[in-house]
Amino acid sequence: MNLKPDTLSKIDEVITHYPVKRSATLPLLHLIQEDVGYIPEKAEEWIAAKLEIEPINVYEVISFYPMFRRKPIGRRHVKVCRTLSCALMGGYKTCEQFENEFNTHRGEVSPDGEVTIEFVECLASCGTAPVVLIDDDLHEKVDCAKAKQLADQIKAEAKKR
Amino acid sequence: MAAPAQRRIIFQHIDEAGYTNDLACYQKHGGYEVLKKSVTRKPEELIDEVKKSGLRGRGGAGFPCGVKWGLVDRKSGKPIYLIVNADESEPGTFKDRYIMHQDPHQLIEGTMISCFANNVKQAYIYIRGEMPHGARILEKAIAEARAAGFVGKNILGTNYSCDIFVHRGAGAYICGEETGLIESLEGKRANPRIKPPYFPAVLGLYQCPTIVNNVETLCHVKYIIEHGGAEFAKIGTPGNTGTRIYCVSGHVQRPGYFEFECGKITMGQLLNDVCGGPLPGRKFKAVIPGGSSAKIMRFGERYKGKRKVGAEMVDYDWAVEDVPMDFDSLGMIGTMGGSGGVIVMDDTVNMVEALANINAFYSHESCGQCTPCREGSLWMKKITTRMVHGAARAEDAALLKSVADQIPGRTICAFGEACSWPTQSFIAKFGDEFKNYHETKQAPKSTAAQPLV
Repeated sequence: MNLKPDTLSKIDEVITHYPVKRSATLPLLHLIQEDVGYIPEKAEEWIAAKLEIEPINVYEVISFYPMFRRKPIGRRHVKVCRTLSCALMGGYKTCEQFENEFNTHRGEVSPDGEVTIEFVECLASCGTAPVVLIDDDLHEKVDCAKAKQLADQIKAEAKKR
Repeated sequence: MAAPAQRRIIFQHIDEAGYTNDLACYQKHGGYEVLKKSVTRKPEELIDEVKKSGLRGRGGAGFPCGVKWGLVDRKSGKPIYLIVNADESEPGTFKDRYIMHQDPHQLIEGTMISCFANNVKQAYIYIRGEMPHGARILEKAIAEARAAGFVGKNILGTNYSCDIFVHRGAGAYICGEETGLIESLEGKRANPRIKPPYFPAVLGLYQCPTIVNNVETLCHVKYIIEHGGAEFAKIGTPGNTGTRIYCVSGHVQRPGYFEFECGKITMGQLLNDVCGGPLPGRKFKAVIPGGSSAKIMRFGERYKGKRKVGAEMVDYDWAVEDVPMDFDSLGMIGTMGGSGGVIVMDDTVNMVEALANINAFYSHESCGQCTPCREGSLWMKKITTRMVHGAARAEDAALLKSVADQIPGRTICAFGEACSWPTQSFIAKFGDEFKNYHETKQAPKSTAAQPLV
């Protein structure tokens, strides 16, 4: 595992938060995913050794929680809320707009490698539906026009790189 | 009758211009003064205030907070843990988000008062994974509070020590169920535990006595200790004390969050006066009053029965609009106040399609350990999705009902009920729409109708 020094020090710190090391499984997975971009296969054994548990204990956690992924995704992660309040306000159309903008389908990396678009369940911001989480940032009232605007912004930022 | 004015005690500073989420601003508004007074009082006294207040948990079940604290095993000699349930994920609910992002110190103060009252050794805030900024804000706020002596070792110079750590979830709804949350905090799959024997108050986190309280509940505790349990009990109605934050979403003119005295506002006042009524040219059709698992209410139906007012039993005959928004009234008419998430649907919505959306949610979120829930939620999703996107049949309504009826009471946790109530209530209230769907779906749709699944 080739983790950044900052990630390693955060890992050592977070383990001290719990009287039982196994509790740090989710925090370690988050830290590794933030560093690497996904959970590489060798992370299971690495975390297991670090927390003195079995690799299967780590694997079963990765496969249970929707936020952990075992494969790389696009540079930006677009999560569109699918649940009722957002759907009532047009969430499905919002998602479709993003898919069209990047010529891709939900759950896939777009051909330019720029985004992965996903439907997720309730993001707890139903009063400003439809909502979209792009990486760490929540965007509210994202109708098709705003989705296009956000997509243009992502494309413009990609060009600068 | 016009709606009463909002009474903002928890959301007092939410969206206030110039109010920031740092310690200095919180203290400028009297922050941590209640904690300072609390640590000079006897812990039992504080628990008594909460019992007197009648405060009911704001996470969904409405269980009395004082009773919950009273059940904690204090004789085992094991450390006591407190977990803040900040895994806000019941569809339609969006109140804790604003407390954590805009007023985190209110939550931290309420948490520390509750910890001191219960001699808690360590507290964790379990925040849902999809709120990374919220987690960072809380971590920063805890660090500020720790540096100021409000959290950590020897709080405010006393012998009492207790720290708070933030723990992030990873996208699983079931972590909102308290025993699932505990499993998750232990680093496992969030499979809920069976009760008995695993009541958190006795065998919770690391098999130690554990209190799990919702974010809003703990903020109420701060208010109760500040003003006294008796004063708090004067707010709202008997048995439904304090304020409630109603989160309104869906088809209204002004969705949002509104804090009212519990039971002092009706559904009609909330939706028409406060939220501005239906969208132009539309009519209300149905409303889910307490998060997506709460049973649906149909506009036009009436609820009749007897209820207790003071010492007397009186008849009631309510339209949807007349129902007071408290735990007991909503329970009496066969639904629930739940988490306060009110989801409104107007006449552009087809109920088969709305149910298909909800079923997809529950099927995705079932943890999978109990067969009736794992399979039942999946079947209900498959049937309703097929009805919308494939061939619908008149007999599907009965089939759906039979699947839903076989789940509740046969599972380890209340998810079994939560996933079957939507199907049961949609079919009970809108049975014709399900039976006729194979015909109505052929007709051209209103241009205003949104795809829901």
